[in-house]
Amino acid sequence: MISFSNIWKRYPGGLEALRNISFTIEAGEMVFITGHSGAGKSTLLKLAAAIERPSGGSIIVNGQNVGALRPGAIPYLRRNFGLMFQDHKLLFDRNTFENVMLPLHVNGFERREAARRVRAALDKVGLLAKEKAYPITLSGGEQQRLAIARAIVHRPAILLADEPTGNLDAGYAADIGELFRSFNQVGVTVVIATHDEALAARLKPRVVALKAGVVVS
Amino acid sequence: MNAWLWSHVDAFVTTLARLVRTPVATLLNVGVLGIALALPTGLYVALANVQGHAQALAADPRLSVFLALDAGRTEIVRTGTRLREHPGVGSVRYVSRDEALGQLKTRTGLADVVDSLAENPLPDAFVVQPRDAAPQALEQLRDELRGWPKVAHVQLDAMWARRLEAALRLARLAVWLLATLFAFALVAVTFNTIRLQILTRREEIEVAKLIGATDPFIRRPLLYFGAVQGLAGGLAAWAIVAISLYWLNGGLANLSQLYGTPLELQQLTPEDGLSLLLFSAVLGWFGAWLSVNQHLARLDLR
Repeated sequence: MISFSNIWKRYPGGLEALRNISFTIEAGEMVFITGHSGAGKSTLLKLAAAIERPSGGSIIVNGQNVGALRPGAIPYLRRNFGLMFQDHKLLFDRNTFENVMLPLHVNGFERREAARRVRAALDKVGLLAKEKAYPITLSGGEQQRLAIARAIVHRPAILLADEPTGNLDAGYAADIGELFRSFNQVGVTVVIATHDEALAARLKPRVVALKAGVVVS
Repeated sequence: MNAWLWSHVDAFVTTLARLVRTPVATLLNVGVLGIALALPTGLYVALANVQGHAQALAADPRLSVFLALDAGRTEIVRTGTRLREHPGVGSVRYVSRDEALGQLKTRTGLADVVDSLAENPLPDAFVVQPRDAAPQALEQLRDELRGWPKVAHVQLDAMWARRLEAALRLARLAVWLLATLFAFALVAVTFNTIRLQILTRREEIEVAKLIGATDPFIRRPLLYFGAVQGLAGGLAAWAIVAISLYWLNGGLANLSQLYGTPLELQQLTPEDGLSLLLFSAVLGWFGAWLSVNQHLARLDLR
């Protein structure tokens, strides 16, 4: 489903974030990409979603070579993914409902059907009672769950999450882990970049460990 | 197709909502655009009014053909017939020198002076109504008649109208110049409004792009915003001109009573008004388009 082959990523200034990375993620798998900060975890996720381009090598997503896509085709590639960002990227001038509505709006869903799906997603993460609340009034764990709802509302085949449990206490992190497990159980491919070992111990995923831009296990 | 149409309706509604959500900024922007557009529009209407009057006056050009003082009876008759048979001549009226003197006497109140003259100094004349009122045709006819025997002088009565026409042409040029300048101002104002929109909605645009929004999806509301703002500016300009004319007509009614002639300024015609709206909407769209191209390309994803 996602295959990285001989990926290099160099940043201007000579920093090599990734060095000759090759591995494949099958459909329906749950994969953790682990490593210290700066090991290249986030970069790998960004390459898959064409947010950044590799300096060398190729990435195939659903049979499409990401590096060779026309700019006009990239939005459609991204719609395969549910993306969770390290900094959430919630919109603070919109309430919970409107935040989750955004991907459906982008995907051109009809309004009534979209509202139904938004409520289903909010229900799934336990935020249905807070659909009118603004993100600033939500706790850290709630904001994280809101980010999850936004990532899965358009029912993507692949969920890419960057440090989804960063800065959360253990109880919240366990809740979030359970959510990921339930998505994986209904067939969603889940790829998580994290250094949270407790989460890995709980979910028992396949682990791809990065160290200084190289796969070590 | 349905989704496409829906996305346009949606962009339009979003645009209106954004305009309504910031009423003061919207009002000020639309006001600036309205005033900028009202200046050339007002001048255009003023010009159209003057032109209307000038055309009514100049529509009836005549040539006065004065014969030489020594022209005899037969020459007068021959010239008259020749004039009537000329293809460029509509109608001809003969004014004998005695008749002209009589008119001079009764109309000007110069009876004493005229009576004191030893002999009639006026020539026999024909007043010619040409078939073709175009300035060039008139001049051609004048030059031709000048060359006829015993014709001393040909006067083209519409000369002043032609001078006015030339002055109006100049004024029309000024209107276009002004319109161009203010069109540029409209584009600049829209450009900046959209730049601000992009800056303040930067996060939203970024997130939308990250979750798979196409460029047209992001551009559409911004382009609509430019077009709708331009259109509102055009409407404001139309309203400013219409209200100003209404006020001026109130003052003119007073003046025209004193002068005894009906004076009334005509409003912008519906065709011209709609052209104004179309023009301003297109310019607003164009300003937004320029801005979107400039600023969205620089918005890199992180």
